Amino acid sequence: MDLISALFSDYTLRTVALGTALLGLVSGALGSFAVLRRQSLIGDAISHAALPGIGLAFLITGSKFPLILMVGAALTGWMATAAVMTITTNSRIKYDSALGLALSVFFGLGLVILTFIQKLPNAQQAGLDAFLFGQAASLIVRDVETMAGLGCLVLLMVLLLWKEFKLLAFDPEFARTLFLPVKVLDLVLTTLLVIAIVIGLQTVGVVLMSAMIVAPAAAARQWTNRLGIMVLLSMSIGAVAGVSGALMSTGALSLPTGPTIVLCATLIVVISMMVAPARGLVWRKLRRWARHRQLRQEAVLLDLFAMASQHEDLFHPHNEAVIAIMHSRQASVRKPLRALAERGWVISDSLAMWSLTQGGVEECQRLMREMSA
Amino acid sequence: MAHAVEVQDLTVAYRDKPVLWDVDLQVPSGVLTAIVGPNGAGKTTLIKAILGLIKPAAGQVLLFGKPYNRHTAHVGYVPQRGSVDWDFPTNVLDVTLMGLYGRLGWVRRAGRVERDIAMQALRQVGMHTYANRQISQLSGGQQQRVFLARALVQDADVYFMDEPLQGVDATTELTVIGLLRELRSSGKTVIAVHHDLQTVPSYFDEVMLLNVRRIASGPVGDVFTEDNLRLTYGGRVAFVQAPQ
Repeated sequence: MDLISALFSDYTLRTVALGTALLGLVSGALGSFAVLRRQSLIGDAISHAALPGIGLAFLITGSKFPLILMVGAALTGWMATAAVMTITTNSRIKYDSALGLALSVFFGLGLVILTFIQKLPNAQQAGLDAFLFGQAASLIVRDVETMAGLGCLVLLMVLLLWKEFKLLAFDPEFARTLFLPVKVLDLVLTTLLVIAIVIGLQTVGVVLMSAMIVAPAAAARQWTNRLGIMVLLSMSIGAVAGVSGALMSTGALSLPTGPTIVLCATLIVVISMMVAPARGLVWRKLRRWARHRQLRQEAVLLDLFAMASQHEDLFHPHNEAVIAIMHSRQASVRKPLRALAERGWVISDSLAMWSLTQGGVEECQRLMREMSA
Repeated sequence: MAHAVEVQDLTVAYRDKPVLWDVDLQVPSGVLTAIVGPNGAGKTTLIKAILGLIKPAAGQVLLFGKPYNRHTAHVGYVPQRGSVDWDFPTNVLDVTLMGLYGRLGWVRRAGRVERDIAMQALRQVGMHTYANRQISQLSGGQQQRVFLARALVQDADVYFMDEPLQGVDATTELTVIGLLRELRSSGKTVIAVHHDLQTVPSYFDEVMLLNVRRIASGPVGDVFTEDNLRLTYGGRVAFVQAPQ
């Protein structure tokens, strides 16, 4: 409760919340397209590759002005994707290997540059290492303004190129037969993804930023079958995860922001995977369990029918042990028998002998008709 | 009049390995043409090269006597069903509308007019009652019919179809064949990759036998002979009855 009231009164907290909400919105939107294009990992390469860009931008300009650092980050992040494309089209190295290569080389370079900067006799460099794991507390109004400007630009582009991006994600080859400039669109979408990632780097950090691209989109996909709703939902999930993670990390525990945000996002993914209607694992398991139970009941009922058919009347009783032997799977038949009794298809007498009822016989005949149909 | 499709000396190679070698093809306007050949014969590659999706090493493609670009001819394309992810979050009507994206232009969204066109195409393939169905819930034959509807809204002069009858149910096969005949009677040209040799004579007017090189092409009655098939498939076609 304190946190929520502080959100409206505390200036710093409000700035942090606004910034993380922004980054969640933007990465959620662009992440949807990355996930649907099966390019989830490109986000990882881009974010890691942004690190040398941040270092170089600082080394060259000596400034920590957010836009300058972001431009540096975007440039090397973008270079990494260009490197991946060049490697895959011009050699036999596969996409995943090229990604791994680009990611580690650029990240390694970034760490070297960052270490070099730390050793400089200059008080200015402090705080650049926050870009590794992110630090929401370091967000100031100037940062949030830059994030908001870039974020609005990115979202506006997505809105304007909506149908083109949709087709690019679903069937790029068909898009080419329509004479849509698929290469240009691909370039624009990748650039927007780079910007979305760069926006979040200061808060989430280069190491974990890709989770903010993948997690909200993956969670949103569980809940809907419409692209528009998926993108909106992904944006909301990104914002919720961002704000709650940032607030938790700036609280008394002072946890690293990036990991806390990512854990929040992951929690939403896990919940979505479990309980989302239609796709959720819980419902799927429940449906399978119900089907399994029904099949077992039908099997027991039909076994009883088959045994009774050997006798004069179809209502001839049998004890549980006999039914269990007849029932090819050695599992207990007591539960299915009780369930069948509840439905009025079998009945047991005082000696625990089970027999079919008139309704049970009819049900057996129905089932056999169904099977032969 | 110029041929609807004319391919001259087309050669396509993947990393020094020729997939199509010096292929020539003339398809007259207003006929149904089957491209037939064994796996790896380059059937899909031929279609993609004609459409400009693959850059050929040599040769050229003319549509109605002119090099193909967006102004010289309207072309419709039905790719192989397996070429897309059918779990993509979208529905039948939306996929059909994609055929109009080129004509719509930038920024504009599909409106009532476009939706009417798409619904009309869906009706033609018997899928109008599925307009709001999520595409992952379609059977293979239904997916194929949605792709056909998407091509229909392109209102093309020439249609290229990659295995439109591969693994579809009987209903879909009848729908597709009926549709092909409808297209032919309205003067359209259809070139389809086809795998079922038995039905070539009854479904198609012309046939091209392809195995990296062109073995033969022309009217089914002249070209679809046992000798030519043996040349195409390398003597492994005992199941084919001699076409009349």
